[in-house]
Amino acid sequence: MADRPRIRLPKQAKKGELIEIRTLLPHLMESGQRKGADGKVFPRKIVNAFTCEFNGKLVFSATLEPAIAANPYLQFSARVEESGTFRFAWTDDDGTVITADEMITVI
Amino acid sequence: MTVLTRRNFTAVAGASLATSLFAPAAFGQAKPRLVVIGGGPGGATVARYVAKDSNGAVDVTLIEPQKTFTTCFFSNIYVGGFRDLKSLTHTYDNVAKAGVKVVHAAATAIDRDKKTVTLSDGGTVPYDRLVIAPGIDLKYDSVPGYSEAAAEIMPHAWKAGPQTELLVKKLNALNDGDLIVMVAPPNPYRCPPGPYERASMFAHVLKTKGHKKSKIIIVDPKPAFSKQAVFMEGWEKHYPGVIEWQDPKVHGGIKGVDPKTGEVKTDLADYKAALANVIPAQSAGKIAIDAGLTDKSGFCPIHPESMKSTVDANIFVVGDASIAGDMPKSAFSANSQAKVAAMTVRAELTQSRAFPARYSNTCWSLIAPDDDIKVGASYEPGDGKIKAGAGFVSQKGEPADLRKANYKESVDWYNGIIADTFG
Repeated sequence: MADRPRIRLPKQAKKGELIEIRTLLPHLMESGQRKGADGKVFPRKIVNAFTCEFNGKLVFSATLEPAIAANPYLQFSARVEESGTFRFAWTDDDGTVITADEMITVI
Repeated sequence: MTVLTRRNFTAVAGASLATSLFAPAAFGQAKPRLVVIGGGPGGATVARYVAKDSNGAVDVTLIEPQKTFTTCFFSNIYVGGFRDLKSLTHTYDNVAKAGVKVVHAAATAIDRDKKTVTLSDGGTVPYDRLVIAPGIDLKYDSVPGYSEAAAEIMPHAWKAGPQTELLVKKLNALNDGDLIVMVAPPNPYRCPPGPYERASMFAHVLKTKGHKKSKIIIVDPKPAFSKQAVFMEGWEKHYPGVIEWQDPKVHGGIKGVDPKTGEVKTDLADYKAALANVIPAQSAGKIAIDAGLTDKSGFCPIHPESMKSTVDANIFVVGDASIAGDMPKSAFSANSQAKVAAMTVRAELTQSRAFPARYSNTCWSLIAPDDDIKVGASYEPGDGKIKAGAGFVSQKGEPADLRKANYKESVDWYNGIIADTFG
């Protein structure tokens, strides 16, 4: 399910303002511990890492573990000093990296 | 106001009180009159029970505009393709045969002073006791952009019949990759597990059609829902990755819907839904509000010993329109409350014996073929409300044969409650 991530942050902020960022990535987060009817374990396939960079500089990162539910939702804050672009990246167990960009203007 | 029950009647009844209560039944007419508004599992049960158990000693009139009744309960089973709508549609023939005068008109007003009900055909029906079972009305404007007209594009299907057929038609017309969005209702509402059973049935239909790219997003104004853990386990098992449930923290608020574009808008994101199922907030049926029988919640406060309105001693409220304490709004509840109301009405009108009120409920929900979960309890008056006693709820990881037995039990219950309600 390579659905588009959903991201919510303000389009504009004052210089030095602390903004709230909310992200949701639709993803199954198969833990690797669940068994099917045939007794076989479904192989693990989770998003194991998340990063958020602003103008190329890391502002937030997280390591995700198998106990995290499907469709991981992350909410965090960042202080913005200048206009620029947030880059969000989710890394799947299979090596795929899903990215998304969001612009913000400092007024 | 003093609460008059069978048990404390001899202790509290002065001569004047007794006269005022029983005079209409004793003078100027042959029989005491019971009028029931609403022919669902609450109203039809009251009417049939009083007619049957009083052996004709009470004149019973049931006012219901529809000639047939399509049950909202089990309509999700129809959505899933397990039954047709005809099998959920019932007539009032046997209710009439039990001695109930069935009037197919809408009740448009209640005159509580004159104790009459006005009908849509202009007639009036006098009563000594009135039971109202009007069910719910939908508060369309609780979802910005939604309306009765919008429901023709984004069906709620929270009243069974044409709305349910519309929902199924739209569901069956979906292409692989299309998005379904459900706007779930806030508490309190009819059938607490209903939206989540319905999402399960959507997913089942998608799976049956081989639609692997479609998804279902539920945007919920509630942070939790009925049987949540077992539902979610079932979704993961039968429909991995298909149903995405968002609580208010995640979606950040439901901003509204646009029937023109099919959009459902939340603070987190806007969704273009090929099928939007919008279930708005609810209140008691309009006639209950118009008659002044509701409180600020939009539902009708009742005495837990009898289902009698706290506003008017001659009126009872049963089913979804009532504030039934810990009981959920369900057909099972309505039918159970109807029997308490019927017993109390009969005791007041014919001096038959009344017993302490006991209520029960079970809600079954089908997640996938032969995977049915349930929740239920028994109830009795306590702490000024209808209070839950012993209960049960399906657990995660239950064996398949138990879930299959649950489904069979639910079908047996359906047949039973239909026989009990409609004869």
